[in-house]
This record gives sequence, structure tokens and C-alpha cells, in this order.
Amino acid sequence: MSVEVIKPGLLSSLQDAGRRGYASLGLGRTGAMDEPAWRLANALVGNDAGEAALEITLAGPTLRFQRDAVIALTGAVIEARADGQALPPWTSCFLPAGTQLRLGGMRHGCRSYLAVRGGFDAAPVLGSRSTDLHAHIGPLDGRALQAGDVIDIGVREPAAWFRPAQAIQTLRWGVDPQPWLDYARVPLGLLRGHHHGALDDASQRALFTQRFVISKDSNRTGSRMDGALLQLEHPLELVSEATLPGTLQLPPSGQPILLLAEAPVTGGYPRIGQLAAVDLPRIAQRRPGDAVCFRETSMDEARQRLRARDDALQQLIQRIAQRLESP
Amino acid sequence: MSHAFADMQLEALAEDAWLLRLGETIDVAVNTRVHAAAALLRAHLPDVECVPAYASLLLRFDLDAHKSDRLREMIEAALSNPSPPTNGTREVTVPVWYSDESGADLQDVATHARMSPEEVIARHSAPLYHVAMLGFAPGFPYLLGLDPALSMPRRNQPRTRVPAGSVAIGGLQTGIYPQALPGGWHLLGRTPMRLFDLEASAPSLCQPGDRIRFQAIDEREYRRLAAETGATP
Repeated sequence: MSVEVIKPGLLSSLQDAGRRGYASLGLGRTGAMDEPAWRLANALVGNDAGEAALEITLAGPTLRFQRDAVIALTGAVIEARADGQALPPWTSCFLPAGTQLRLGGMRHGCRSYLAVRGGFDAAPVLGSRSTDLHAHIGPLDGRALQAGDVIDIGVREPAAWFRPAQAIQTLRWGVDPQPWLDYARVPLGLLRGHHHGALDDASQRALFTQRFVISKDSNRTGSRMDGALLQLEHPLELVSEATLPGTLQLPPSGQPILLLAEAPVTGGYPRIGQLAAVDLPRIAQRRPGDAVCFRETSMDEARQRLRARDDALQQLIQRIAQRLESP
Repeated sequence: MSHAFADMQLEALAEDAWLLRLGETIDVAVNTRVHAAAALLRAHLPDVECVPAYASLLLRFDLDAHKSDRLREMIEAALSNPSPPTNGTREVTVPVWYSDESGADLQDVATHARMSPEEVIARHSAPLYHVAMLGFAPGFPYLLGLDPALSMPRRNQPRTRVPAGSVAIGGLQTGIYPQALPGGWHLLGRTPMRLFDLEASAPSLCQPGDRIRFQAIDEREYRRLAAETGATP
């Protein structure tokens, strides 16, 4: 069974946990930008943890399901109509064969995730179904969805929590999205980078006090930060070294770039900060025009917050699995 | 610390990542030590992802598998072991069709170096290069060992599209474009070899730490090999 792309939306691509272990060959991990939202979408359709879901940016696609499907939408709350009927977000929905799912815009946030029971069944490339839009590697030859694409859906026993029927159904409960959404109000935790001390005094202060705005020139590789420009005390001639998602680098323009899921594996710009990993999903949900403020954090605090978040996520995923078994 | 890397700087880069830095220069001796450290860490911490660069090495851990507060000790302990036996360094021969047609900047490089294109070709294909690291695009090798007489600053205006297989010079480095990409390096020629092939058992022709030698071939040989590898002629 499969799903047909009627309209592609702005930028939608298949993503899973990412392609691990190839950075030394120049190939980054890529993967879902908002990892908890991606995981919860899979949990809500009863999938195994690692299935690929569709990551939707700002404006969603229109899809036709050729067979009965169970879907869930998480991440930024997206306008969703199945044959004209509004679908609730952050819950499990049953769509009978032939349903056309029209996904629209999002009031807040930047990325939604659509999981389908059985998973999107594109052939894995180097162990992953994540799309690397930059290297053109992954499902659909490493590109975003286009009209006319047909994507297979994995075979899975029917979801016990829905009646086989001709009607669209939704659960009477869903996950409270509140703790998992970002409204661009919270300052994001930033560790000092190796070259933070090379910034001039004013720039060192500005990094943790000024309000940046996400530039239009942002994508899955990185978010450019508009705001007062940052400057080095003296110019630096650097030798390229590893970069990671969350690395805040400063090109000569003075406009910092926060690298994201499709970060290049190496870079030669001064590294002035590293975003706390727990805040990566937050930056992933900030769209061009949204504000970003950084507050200084420590490695201990960053690890603690990440552990607490992962524990909460794990518990929630278990609770979802239990409720789906006895809805 | 008593091991051979006692001069290293170890920096906690992220919750799951450390950077081991052995210098601040692009230099064969420093890069060789980076690869020696990578070999030790891979042998003793097999779950850790090692990403070598010119003078530093990224170590990425699976946070579920290790207690992050013990990582520094684990890295130090792994580096204290004797270097693992190597089966010699891998040497890769890369055939290159050097010409004005396949390398649009061959003439410019010759003019800049005040030598004939033939001498540029001879000097570029003479050294045994070190694959310092891969980056920019999957399979793109940054090679050390360029004859300084050929060094030339990057183009002011990068090309929007450099053909796949292009062999090029940027500053004191040389490299090969695995696929058609934008790029600012000077093009000397083209190889019919596939640098990154997802169908191959080892997707990348070059691995960090390998040695590479360029072998000049003519257009006929290029076209014959390109037909075999499926490279775009």
C-alpha cells in the first residue's frame, strides 16, 4: 500500500533518527529536527521507535492514501483536513482507503511530523531513511517531496484501537502537546564555544543578552541570526575542524549561524557556542522572523536537562503504548 | 597523562561529543598523529564515532551506552595503549585526464606558477598525498602534500557548478569533487573514478589517513575508464 503526493507543500522530507557513523567520510547524520515530536508521532500510531516520518516545513502537502491508514500529526500544530473534515493534532487518526489529507499552515512553530502506521517504507540508504537534501542521499534520491511521488507504506497488523470502517475516526484522547511545543519565548541554553573568548568584550556580552531574529536565509543546515553583528577582538586564521548540530559559528560577516540537523561535518569558522542538545527541538521550531535569546549554560546543566527530557519522553511513549492497547 | 598524546587538548564539545586537538596547523606530521589517535580510539572504544580533521579528532559517544562523566577517563585510558598494528597504509591510485578541456583552470595555474601546463601536470602527479580528512561533500578528500610551487589562492568568484570528478587546487591543498558541486578551487583535470558510490561495499574511494597518487592519463583512456565506471564523460 502506498501514499500519493498530490501537492508537495513547501518542503517535506522523510526523516528518521539519522544516518550514523559516516561523518568521517564527509556524510552527516541529518534526521528529524524535532526529535521528540518525531518519536511521539511514531508512538501514536503504534510504530516501532525508529520508523521514518514525514517532516513538514511551514506549509503542508496534500496526500492521498491508497489503502486504510492510521496516522498521527505532532510537532507544530498544523491545519489538517481529511476529505474536508478537520483532524485533531497529537492523536491517532484512522483514514479509510482513498482519503485525501490536506495539510495547511501552522500558527506557531516551523515543523510538523506525520507518522503512518507501518512507517514510510522507502529503501534505507546506509542504514537510514533520513533525507540528506544537501548531499542528495536518502529516500526519493535525497530530495524533498514532489507532486506525483508515490511512497510505500510498511505492512503492519491493523490498529486494534480503531474499527475497520469506511469512516474517518480519531481517538477521544491525545497527547498534551504543551510541554513539547515552543513559543519562541524561552531563552535557549548555550555552552561557551572554544572561540568565545576571541570575541570582543561587547560581543561576548551581546551573545548572552541581545535578541536575535531567525533570518529568512535559514534551512535544515542552519539558522542565520539577524541582530547586532558580533566581532572578534582580532581576526583568526583557523584550521577546519568538526562541527555538530547546535554549533554556533561566526563567519566573517559577523552574523552567527546555528548549525542544525544537516550541519556540515567540518567547518573553519570560529565556534562561539554550542546549543544545549535539549534545546535543538526548540530552535527547530523557530521560523524566520522568530526571536532567539541565549542564556549561558553549563555542561552539567545541559546533560541534566537532556536526561530529564529523555526520561519524560520515554515514560510518555510507554503510557501511549499502554493506552493504545486498552483505549 | 603519560601517553604519546599527552600534549593534546581535550574539549567537551557537546553532551555526547569531545574534541581532541593536537595542533592548530595544516601539517602532515600533526595530521598523522590525528590518524594514529583515531586508530587507537577505534580499537579500544569501538562504539565511539571518530571524525578526523586536519589537527583534531571528534569523538561522538552514544549517551545511552556510556556515563558521560566517565568519558574523559575512557579516552585517556584508550590513548595509553600501544598503537595497534596497522596492515600498512592504504594507497589509492587516481587516474586523471589533465587538459584544458577537462580542467578549465590548467592554463591559469600554469601562468600563476610561471611554468608550462606540462610541468604543472608533472608536479601535481608526482607526490604521494595524505588524505587529511573528508568533508564538504561525501567522499571529498582534502589532500596534503601539494608542491608549494603550484599553490594558488582560491578563485574570487566560485563556480556554481564544478563537474563531478574534477581534480582541483585550493591554496596549498588539492582535492577531488565527488559530485557536481559549487566550488572555488582551480580545476586541473578530471578523474573517471567514482569517489562516492552508495552501491559499493565501501561507499567512499578514500578513507581518512589513506595515501593517494595521481596518474596522468589521456582522453582516450579517460573515456574508456569513464564508460566502465559510469562517470559522466
